[in-house]
Amino acid sequence: MTTNLAASTARPAIAATGLRKSYGDHLVLDGIDLNVAEGTVFALLGPNGSGKTTTVRILSTLLAADAGTVTVAGHDVRTQAQEVRAAIGVTGQFSAVDNLLTGRQNLLLMADLYHLDKAGGRRRAGELLGRFDLTEAAGKLAATYSGGMRRRLDLAMTLVGDVRVIFLDEPTTGLDPRGRRAMWQIIRDLVGRGVTILLTTQDLAEADQLADRIGLLETGKIVAEGTPAELKRRIPGGHIRLQFADQAGLASAALALGDSSRDEEALTLQVPYDGSVRSLRTLLSRLDDRAVPAGGLSVHTPDLDDVFLALTGHAHAGMETSR
Amino acid sequence: MSTISLAARDSATMLRRDVRHSLQAPAMLVSGMLVPIIFLLLFAGVFGHALTAGLGAGAGTSYITFLAPGILVMTAGFAAEGTAINVCNDMAQGIIDRFRTMAIARSSVLTGQVTGSLIRTMISGVVVIGVALLLGFRPTAGPAEWIAAAGMFALLTLALTWLTVAFGLLANTPAGANSLALIPAILPFVSSAFIPTAAMSGPVRWFAQNQPFTPVIDTLRGLLTGTGIGDSAIIAIAWCAGLTVAAYFWARALYNRRPAA
Repeated sequence: MTTNLAASTARPAIAATGLRKSYGDHLVLDGIDLNVAEGTVFALLGPNGSGKTTTVRILSTLLAADAGTVTVAGHDVRTQAQEVRAAIGVTGQFSAVDNLLTGRQNLLLMADLYHLDKAGGRRRAGELLGRFDLTEAAGKLAATYSGGMRRRLDLAMTLVGDVRVIFLDEPTTGLDPRGRRAMWQIIRDLVGRGVTILLTTQDLAEADQLADRIGLLETGKIVAEGTPAELKRRIPGGHIRLQFADQAGLASAALALGDSSRDEEALTLQVPYDGSVRSLRTLLSRLDDRAVPAGGLSVHTPDLDDVFLALTGHAHAGMETSR
Repeated sequence: MSTISLAARDSATMLRRDVRHSLQAPAMLVSGMLVPIIFLLLFAGVFGHALTAGLGAGAGTSYITFLAPGILVMTAGFAAEGTAINVCNDMAQGIIDRFRTMAIARSSVLTGQVTGSLIRTMISGVVVIGVALLLGFRPTAGPAEWIAAAGMFALLTLALTWLTVAFGLLANTPAGANSLALIPAILPFVSSAFIPTAAMSGPVRWFAQNQPFTPVIDTLRGLLTGTGIGDSAIIAIAWCAGLTVAAYFWARALYNRRPAA
């Protein structure tokens, strides 16, 4: 075990090259390369149907790729699946808890399957119940848990074993803001313990909050990859939308501000904006100089759609319907 | 630890899980034994007199004594139906995917379910025999015959359970699993369970004599009530062993194939 660990520190925790997967004619993954260093968080960011879950299923030995190679914790997922399984934990999009068992029974079940001894298993279950704020609900059936509680139990079950790589498929989807923040904190704590995490998300802010590196996934391809700072540098810093009362106002504002896009119908003008106070002041003073009466102003920070627009030059599939 | 003992340990864990599920929802166990008991009451109480006349050769025995071994076999059939639904429901739970991503013996999930079903069915069998005794079932079996009969019943249950586990894996919905699992529940109707196959006509008789339930019923009837067994025991054991092996590999293949979506 010790030699394994020493050997794997030199290697990335997750390495994939040329992953391809299709279902019949439908191409889901079109040649994905991933490289996640040990002890870091990697976020796969992408809309529904971009291939996030399929990637996680392949990396976690649930699904065989049509082509490409994957090693997780130093083991090939195809030829050494059991070794990979011994090193990973998976928390899926649909909670992987046993509804007909209580929270504590779920954890004890995991302890048995990780082959902990009885006392060790009880201690670990008690510890995790406390850490994930489930002690009070420990004796209730998992079926009665709220969404946030299920996610916490789900993750706690993953942590019963000595896992080194954790896959989290949309860990905060469907959680309320409080549950989401709690989950973020839990993920940060895990990284603090040296665990490697690969998570998927549709939420740029979440990837920004948690990830060391982000891979932008679109229709089965990684279209951009880098640290959050690197990616954001490539994204125009959002925009300001100005509302006008009439065409004349709109026209003179467009003249005053130059680089902007106008919407004649809605009488709005969209101006690139980097988020600084200085450029906001510059913008307002330019409007003042020409005495353009702007009716309203709203600031938009970049979201997933902006990221896709900026990095791929087009809206991602499904964006129109999500708006 | 060796692979075998790890597999045994994981299977025992999965069995505990299955038993906890049963304790959580005991309705399954009760409904599994309710149907055979109703059949006992119905056939022995309502049709008993008319059917005793039809027995002809067995004029000395009452109909309930003829019927009880048949109903015992039906108990295994109905219990197997419950297993199919159970497995289908369980496979829909997210936790099965979790099991697949853990370094545990792959087949332990299924082994646990089969063992749990076997235990539930044996309990049902004991209860059904108990009710039959109350209704006038008079077996002639000594301890050795009872043990042999229990063994035969267990063998049949094992075969049917693996088969219906495969059904449960094959079907995408509990309703689908239920209709597939009706096969082992209904087959005993066209067997020697209710009347001797000799009393049936043409193709029906041929079918009844050559389907797996008849030799099992004849073996159980012979062991419990002293009628002739002949080569029924060998045929019954061959059927059960063959079905068990085939269904085991089928179920395992289905389980491994599964996360298709």
